Amino acid sequence: MTSAQDAAFPETEVLIIGGGVTGTGIMRDLALRGIRSILIDRHDLCAGASGGNHGLLHSGARYVSTDPHSARECMEENELLKRLAPQCIEDTGGLFVAVAGDAPDFAGQFAGLCERAGIPCEEIAVGQARRLEPALSDKLFKAYRVPDAAIDPFRLALENVNHSRALAGSVYHPHVEILGFDMAGGEIRAAHCRDNRSGRLLAIHARQFVNAGGAWAMNIARLAGCDDVRLLYSKGTLLVSNDRIARHVVNRLRPPDDGDILVPGGTVSLLGTTSTRVDDLDNIGPTAAEVDRNIREGAAMIPALAGARYIRAFSRVRPLLQGGGTAEDRAVSRGFALSDHLSQGLANFCTITGGKLTTFRRMAESASDLVARRLGNHRPGTTASVPLPDDETSRWTEPGAAPRRWVRAGDAGDTILCECEMVSRSAVNQIVEHAPEIGEEMSIEAIAMRSRAGKGTCQGSFCGIRICSHLYDTGHYRDATGLAHLRDFLDERFKGQRSILWGQQAAQMELAEALHCGLLGLDSLEQDG
Amino acid sequence: MKEDRRQFTVQLAVIGTGMAGFAAAVFALNRNIVTALTGNTGALAYTTGYLDLLGWPDGAASSIKDPWQALDELRKASAHHPLVRISADDIRRAFAEFAAFLGEHGIAYTVPGERNVTALTPAGTVKPTFCVPATMAAGPKALAAKRPCAIVDFEGLMGFSAREFVANIGDRWPGLAARRISFPDAGRGEIYPEVMARSLELAVTREKLAAALKAAAGDAEVIGLPAILGMHRPDHVLAEMQRLTGLDLFEIPTMPPSVPGVRLRELFEQALPGRGVTLIPQRKVAALRFDEAGATLDLSDNFGPIRILAQAVILATGRFLSGGLEARPAAIREPLLDLPVTQPAGRGDWYRERYTDARGHPIHRAGIETDAAFRPLGRDGRAYDDRLHAAGVILAHQDWIRSRSGAGIAIASAYRAVQEVERTLSRGRG
Ligand SMILES: Cc1cc2nc3c(=O)[nH]c(=O)nc-3n(C[C@H](O)[C@H](O)[C@H](O)COP(=O)(O)OP(=O)(O)OC[C@H]3O[C@@H](n4cnc5c(N)ncnc54)[C@H](O)[C@@H]3O)c2cc1C
Ligand SMILES: Cc1cc2nc3c(=O)[nH]c(=O)nc-3n(C[C@H](O)[C@H](O)[C@H](O)COP(=O)(O)OP(=O)(O)OC[C@H]3O[C@@H](n4cnc5c(N)ncnc54)[C@H](O)[C@@H]3O)c2cc1C
Repeated sequence: MTSAQDAAFPETEVLIIGGGVTGTGIMRDLALRGIRSILIDRHDLCAGASGGNHGLLHSGARYVSTDPHSARECMEENELLKRLAPQCIEDTGGLFVAVAGDAPDFAGQFAGLCERAGIPCEEIAVGQARRLEPALSDKLFKAYRVPDAAIDPFRLALENVNHSRALAGSVYHPHVEILGFDMAGGEIRAAHCRDNRSGRLLAIHARQFVNAGGAWAMNIARLAGCDDVRLLYSKGTLLVSNDRIARHVVNRLRPPDDGDILVPGGTVSLLGTTSTRVDDLDNIGPTAAEVDRNIREGAAMIPALAGARYIRAFSRVRPLLQGGGTAEDRAVSRGFALSDHLSQGLANFCTITGGKLTTFRRMAESASDLVARRLGNHRPGTTASVPLPDDETSRWTEPGAAPRRWVRAGDAGDTILCECEMVSRSAVNQIVEHAPEIGEEMSIEAIAMRSRAGKGTCQGSFCGIRICSHLYDTGHYRDATGLAHLRDFLDERFKGQRSILWGQQAAQMELAEALHCGLLGLDSLEQDG
Repeated sequence: MKEDRRQFTVQLAVIGTGMAGFAAAVFALNRNIVTALTGNTGALAYTTGYLDLLGWPDGAASSIKDPWQALDELRKASAHHPLVRISADDIRRAFAEFAAFLGEHGIAYTVPGERNVTALTPAGTVKPTFCVPATMAAGPKALAAKRPCAIVDFEGLMGFSAREFVANIGDRWPGLAARRISFPDAGRGEIYPEVMARSLELAVTREKLAAALKAAAGDAEVIGLPAILGMHRPDHVLAEMQRLTGLDLFEIPTMPPSVPGVRLRELFEQALPGRGVTLIPQRKVAALRFDEAGATLDLSDNFGPIRILAQAVILATGRFLSGGLEARPAAIREPLLDLPVTQPAGRGDWYRERYTDARGHPIHRAGIETDAAFRPLGRDGRAYDDRLHAAGVILAHQDWIRSRSGAGIAIASAYRAVQEVERTLSRGRG
């Protein structure tokens, strides 16, 4: 392992581990206090739960019966984010609906529980609910409106990073994985990392170290000898439909269970989730049984879900704070926990985990308060009042943004690479240009994370080929690397398709495979053709 | 409105206008069997024009050079693979007869021989195939001889990048150059291979393109370009372009919808009706039943219902892409006759974890079972009906994608099915 200082990683004040919404949120919170940091992720931004969630900006109503404290937090953050980062939010409004078979008692208590948690909740007539959302079941017997909304975590993370760079010169490095720490005198001196693309080992020196590793936070804490982070893992599976089925967020009015939330995400809808305890964080994929269960449950609320065309399913793990007791996973607190690791004999390391996408700002703030104090910086956090700048180059993650800009620009020569989501050559060029952290290693996958490319009906099967060709045309790829990246990108997209391949999707997959494998030979790249 | 129904009485009805359906119609035509053919646009328009026989053995590390030897090995390994149930002689005869028909109608092919051809793909990888269109034949030869060559692509044409091609094949083809030119009279924006091909049917476009190619050629003796050399007379367009440029040219298939596939479809759609086959294009058979008198097929088009009465039927409806098989959430089904489908135990077993796994996905080996005479088996394990035969990739126990054997399975099984139909018909007569 190198102990020498690496030129690419000059000593920084703070090293943040984990490029989800929490880690990027901390990066920005610190930058607003004038503190420079380095953020690393072993994959890329939103590789964990932040890139695989429901995209629901909770009003908190979901938790009023199980976790009123989190419910109140959600409501407060919901209002803040709608004001400070409106570009990342579609204010859809939310409905809670009970259908025949759901417990009338629960439905009856709901409004009172919301009121106690400070969540505006209005009962509406069943007929009005069905006028608002014609897809709702005719077996509805109760309906409420709450201020739920849809939120784009990719854009949040990108804009957090960009704002931090602009404010304090903070830097994000993708594909850098933490392997271990150098510790002496009750402090961490350096973090040992590996660049997963080059295989190069490097050491990052900092004064403070922050573990924002989400579900992996327990593993990372243990690398520093800390065993005070205890997590349980609950796997959740979600489905993406080809069309947007409802305008509002639609929740089932019953205690949280499988398949009872449908969230719009631009041109699609997301249905979920399931909840299963797992022991292992790797090789988490949706199973046919989980997919079927979500659909069966969801269809009770919205019958069209039974026959809808699904283009994707994915699973991520929720880290649940282990508090003892035997509560069921869904009833375990959705709150977050900050550990200062003093009890573990370390004075410059902290871990923040748990919580929600909705409460990421608050999580980041509490971790940043600690870090700033430890650095002797007494400027208060300002993320509750400073708006997140609407950043031109991060707009490509928004559904509908690419087509709108393409039409407005009116340049026929700017040919479309991704036809499902209308991502053009110039859009890809801009993404490549404005992601300095990716540098020479820009891949099809990195472009897809920063745009809608590959997220439409074809799931990257066709646009992947076109983007790959384009990157050869622009000289970015000069050897067989491009095809290997294409293969890896398709392998990755496939994980999200495998469990929903029936009907039209199976037919489309057959065509894709005939092209990718039968024709291009991506199944035998390293072999002798 | 019974009088509105049009009725055709034929000896053979072929269901499916993919490679297998068209091949069956060709073989039937050559045997003077009165034939009707119907089907939707199948996978044909997606094909490269390459006719594969057997290119990759199961899970092996290198491609097949001698398909005949590989077939012998396959015979030892599997009793069920459709190609194993057809004699090598029949496969040879099938390819020869099929390629000859294509040649007679304007798309010459290399002669099916003893060895596979190392064919080029648009990404600059290579693919083992058996028979290639004459317009593409110079490519593999130039590669083998490492001749000085330039690959040309076009401003606005998606899915074909000369730089990508060169970057990937460069290792085995030193000195290969990439050039980008504008297609004659093309505006800004995306241009499509089909449009380019049709415009090259005109002498003026050819002259302009030839001038541009000559300018781009540099030191190259050979030029490779995307498959756009004409729609109906590619051999003629190629000859003209070679005359005008004084260079050897070859085509490389593009991403679909590709010109070589459309060429094949249009060739069949013109040649078969011209020689007496009843073709009802762009239609699907809604119902098929058998009784004493024969088979009855019901379908309809914009003018109303159509009925075909036939003495024998070939089912060549393909797989999921074409609707010959349906992947329902709970199981895979054959929708027309509800024939039993051999398939993995459950949906969770359809696909492996990794998409590009070289072993292929179990779902691709699903399909219908047949007896030795290529008659589909019914639920009782016996032939569903003596007059029903099946051909093409609907057959179980093959993975045409991984084994690079799509056209081979289609052509050879169509040949066998027509042989059996001929037998059935002569029995009926006798
Ligand atoms: C199925 C599901 C649905 C959800 N839906 C919602 C919702 O609708 N609304 C809501 O508010 N919340 C939702 N959540 C919760 C929300 O997604 C998470 O709370 C939030 O995304 C957590 O962000 P994070 O940054 O803390 O962790 P993550 O996003 O998981 O980030 C951790 C990062 O650490 C990186 N990492 C791990 N190990 C290492 C290492 N050794 N070195 C370097 N980097 C490492 C990972 O690559 C990852 O990017 C959902 C969660 C799940 C699982
Ligand atoms: C992208 C791609 C590239 C390919 N490249 C090659 C290649 O390079 N080399 C090669 O050898 N092969 C290639 N193939 C494979 C080849 O073209 C054929 O798919 C294969 O040979 C199977 O042919 P088939 O006739 O059995 O099925 P298909 O071609 O699928 O045809 C089935 C036909 O049945 C019809 N049908 C279905 N149901 C009904 C019904 N109820 N009534 C009437 N008609 C019906 C369909 O409309 C269709 O016309 C490629 C395929 C694809 C998709």
